[in-house]
Amino acid sequence: MKILVLMKQVPDTASPISVSNNQVDASKIDKYAASPYDEYALEQALQVKDKDASTKITLVAMGPARVREMIMQGLAMGADDAMIIKAENAGEMDGLTVAHVLAAAAKKTGFDLIFAGSKGVDDDQGWAGIALAELLGLPLITTTRSTTVAGATVRCQRDVEGGKETVEAALPALITSGQATEPRYPTLKGIMGAKKKPIQETDVAGLGVSGDLLAPRVQMVKLDMPPARQAGRILQGEPADQVKELARLLREQAKVI
Amino acid sequence: MANNILVVAEYGDGKFKSITHQLLGEAGRLAAQTGGTVEAVAIGNGVKDAAGQLGAYGAGKVYAADDASLKDYDGASYAPVLVELVKRTQPMMIFLGATPMGLTLGPRLATQLQCALTSDCTAFALDGGAISVTRPVYGGRAVAVYQVKKLPLVATLRQNAFAPAAGGGAATAVDALTVTPVALKTKVVEMTKAETGKIELTEAPIVISGGRGMQGPENFAMLESLASVLGGAVGATRAVVDAGWRPYSEQVGQTGKTVSPTLYIAAGVSGAMQHLVGMKTSKVIVAINKDPEAPIFKVADYGIVADAMQVVPLLTEACRQLKA
Ligand SMILES: Cc1cc2nc3c(=O)[nH]c(=O)nc-3n(C[C@H](O)[C@H](O)[C@H](O)COP(=O)(O)OP(=O)(O)OC[C@H]3O[C@@H](n4cnc5c(N)ncnc54)[C@H](O)[C@@H]3O)c2cc1C
Repeated sequence: MKILVLMKQVPDTASPISVSNNQVDASKIDKYAASPYDEYALEQALQVKDKDASTKITLVAMGPARVREMIMQGLAMGADDAMIIKAENAGEMDGLTVAHVLAAAAKKTGFDLIFAGSKGVDDDQGWAGIALAELLGLPLITTTRSTTVAGATVRCQRDVEGGKETVEAALPALITSGQATEPRYPTLKGIMGAKKKPIQETDVAGLGVSGDLLAPRVQMVKLDMPPARQAGRILQGEPADQVKELARLLREQAKVI
Repeated sequence: MANNILVVAEYGDGKFKSITHQLLGEAGRLAAQTGGTVEAVAIGNGVKDAAGQLGAYGAGKVYAADDASLKDYDGASYAPVLVELVKRTQPMMIFLGATPMGLTLGPRLATQLQCALTSDCTAFALDGGAISVTRPVYGGRAVAVYQVKKLPLVATLRQNAFAPAAGGGAATAVDALTVTPVALKTKVVEMTKAETGKIELTEAPIVISGGRGMQGPENFAMLESLASVLGGAVGATRAVVDAGWRPYSEQVGQTGKTVSPTLYIAAGVSGAMQHLVGMKTSKVIVAINKDPEAPIFKVADYGIVADAMQVVPLLTEACRQLKA
């Protein structure tokens, strides 16, 4: 069985973002990492492989040279090989363009199952994975928590409003991961082994994607910091007095209760 | 292309969800500028009779796709209904809620139409023929403005970010759409539903969230009573959800839900960046934490530095008295 895991590199979720000239100030980003949902996706794929060692996992990433670091981490966690699509301008592509590129990549590598994150936590659009399923005509299961494969059937657990559900589809299929099991850490052996795993490099033109498909349908024209929240008032006195004062302020000043 | 705006309504538990009224509110505001009409479509099983009410909230034309095959939301069956309608009526924009339904249906629709998509939008502006859309990015650590290059625009709108339509208008006749059932490629084989009738977290005007400082799952009963006195819903941090104290559906933050209630009360929550991005656009934030250095105080309008075990019951009592 062959699994593709699509991975996007983003600024680490714990680091603040600074903006200058309508762009994220790259010099202020302390760390890039795989988008958390992509890591959950990889973990779900690795759990499928844990149960069936014949499974091969290929990581697919598009972006500037630094994505190699993320790929090495994914290989160290247990993926078998990778394809890097070099694109300095990947950040300016909209989700549909990304999906067209990934569709070409997926056709080239072949697959039985594709995992994507439910959204990249940079542009937060959540478009590429779903668009890819549409372009490839695959059954789509979104925001999953865990996945098992039995024969030619994939079965996913997902959280739904006020409950849980189990969804099945025949392979080939595409799954977008929600928050799932914490991704495993690479072992020392994994880190050493990753260096020997094959990484194929290509670019958008090399995949035969060109023309209209690359023209963005939406384009970011402005980027700002969100309005800062002023730290407010710390109430004083005994807890009972603080609470009375709080209730009064919420009613009379803030008018929210 | 017409300058109309199509609103995709969401119906559940016998009524249209509040997001639907918000979509109609913003669509109405924009349509007044484009000179177009607000149109609305309800999709489901047994939605046709209710759909006419959307006219009272400003929809000049109402469609209903009412069929047994549309009983439960599935993007694979809902998207074709919308694609067909959009191709026929050529709206300039299609509005959906940034809800579990909209966030998956929107991308499918934009892909099938090969047009623009903007998710989780918080503002729209029209300038001549140009549409610009504001939306938070980087989990709300920055705010971006996008220009739309290829109409129509499919947009999902953040819950509670737009004023609802006033209502009070007249109901509209409903145009019933012909539905061709789609053979689904996925199958729900098991479903467990927790309690119904609870206020949904993202819809709640007041959210009371507990963090690890609540000490244990049993103490969330305190937050439940405060929520019931105030008419709110209970939320949680990731640490609490990972510990199994509360279900994932209550998680607020980067990998959980984004909420923007009028009042957010955080009890025993440290205020990690990944939590803050899910709640910091709330109108008023109250923090209860025994550590005066906790980052949550940096975003709180009112802070109480004390033991939440002691403060929460006192606050519940104080609110009960105010409400009485
Ligand atoms: C990729 C990624 C995604 C994440 N997504 C999310 C997310 O969606 N949502 C989320 O919440 N987190 C998320 N996190 C986790 C986040 O970083 C924090 O670990 C988490 O929010 C901490 O939860 P907490 O505040 O409950 O716990 P803690 O950080 O342990 O804080 C507990 C707080 O309670 C206070 N306290 C203790 N006892 C009391 C008492 N008796 N009375 C009052 N106060 C008390 C303490 O002073 C402390 O401030 C994510 C992390 C990563 C890496």
